[in-house]
Amino acid sequence: MLNMQPYQDPTYFVLLAIGLLPIMVGLLYGRRFRVYETIISFLFLLLTFGGVKWEQGIALIGYIIFELLLIYGYLAYRKRKNASWLFNLTVVLSILPLVIVKVAPVMNNGRESIIGFLGISYLTFKAVGMIMEIRDGIIKEVGLSEVVHFLLFFPTISSGPIDRYRRFLGDYKKIPARDKYLALLDKAMWYIFLGFVYKFLLAYLFGVVMLPKISALALAHGGWSWWVIAYMYTYSMDLFFDFAGYSLFAVGISYIMGIQTPMNFNKPFIAKNIKDFWNRWHMTLSFWFRDYIYMRLVFFMMKKKLLKSRIAIANVGYLTLFLIMGFWHGVTWYYIVYGLYHAVAINLCDMWLRFKKRHKEKIPHNKFTEALAIFITFNVVCFSFLIFSGFLNTLFFA
Amino acid sequence: MKDTVLDILEDLTGSDEVRNDLDIDIFETGLLDSMGTVQMLLELQAQCGVDVPVSEFERTEWNTPNKIIAKVESMQ
Repeated sequence: MLNMQPYQDPTYFVLLAIGLLPIMVGLLYGRRFRVYETIISFLFLLLTFGGVKWEQGIALIGYIIFELLLIYGYLAYRKRKNASWLFNLTVVLSILPLVIVKVAPVMNNGRESIIGFLGISYLTFKAVGMIMEIRDGIIKEVGLSEVVHFLLFFPTISSGPIDRYRRFLGDYKKIPARDKYLALLDKAMWYIFLGFVYKFLLAYLFGVVMLPKISALALAHGGWSWWVIAYMYTYSMDLFFDFAGYSLFAVGISYIMGIQTPMNFNKPFIAKNIKDFWNRWHMTLSFWFRDYIYMRLVFFMMKKKLLKSRIAIANVGYLTLFLIMGFWHGVTWYYIVYGLYHAVAINLCDMWLRFKKRHKEKIPHNKFTEALAIFITFNVVCFSFLIFSGFLNTLFFA
Repeated sequence: MKDTVLDILEDLTGSDEVRNDLDIDIFETGLLDSMGTVQMLLELQAQCGVDVPVSEFERTEWNTPNKIIAKVESMQ
């Protein structure tokens, strides 16, 4: 059977255009063909997780059943009681499959776990978010068809953007007015076009044409050289255009289906500081970490008065957030160092912002200082991507 | 109530801008960050008796002093 990974080759886009056409016509005439939508979603999932990838398909089905049991089990419990330990246990269980998938390669000489599949981390974010909102009493009921559509929404299944249940449901339940939908289609076409430029032109240029040559030169030279610097910038560009391009496709396709999946990138390389950067880079992930980990942890620490100083609480919050983010990327030294690096950077940034607030009059602010801030942030970020790339590992330890 | 909320905001942002412009976007302008937001929620809980879970907190509904005042008043 045919197998295709999302947004990789022209055929996939042709199939998308054919499959989505009836949905588009329906929405234009104020109708949502739910059954057709479900069949198309199933077929596209089958395209990605069927054929040679059938084992991943089985793992996906098992995973969905497991998470649904947790969500419904916890929802039923939460209607009667609200003990913290049971909530914590539910969260731990819901991330357990992801933890196993991340840790297994380390234990088994790089062999992937059989319960893994493409996009497991993104599904986990969605499921854990739901469990947390059930605890807060914000999600009071969960429709089976709705939650399955939410978790398995095929345009974003492999790498996000990470949507949220209540937001998704709002879009899914309603049919946009014709003028609104036309505006969405307009945007969708632009995003998909831009996605082609990003992914198949720019990411191709940086990642496929340039990067292997630069990598070979850096390795031939050995140790630190200008080629490593070149690698750093080229890799950063490749990473951005590849991922941003993919995200544009996912958002564009969602729009065509009348679902306004949130944007993932907002010109990250013009960020003025590291904090600003995380509000622009992989936004749905950083906002997820902000809302479900950082803010909750800070809230907890302040309420229980675990630490006296506000600054210490913020520092611990950031360290926890970025360490988890590091581990989430994978259990290797360079992902964890990447997390630590960003934790240090954002804490330093906070220190600087506090200093700036206190000495407002004495610190100049003009076009030049802004440009300098952008330049420094860009380089700090690119260096973090060099760590992230694992190239230093290849260069020095492999 | 309005004054209590504005006092909290003034204290947390360390600026009287929130009092001078009730429609200023406190997140866009960087006046309030996530840490400050949590402090605001705790203060609102202590001083105004409104209980806002972190996941109920939708930034676009809380981004100006006017919106925060309206929210607090509606929740009391």
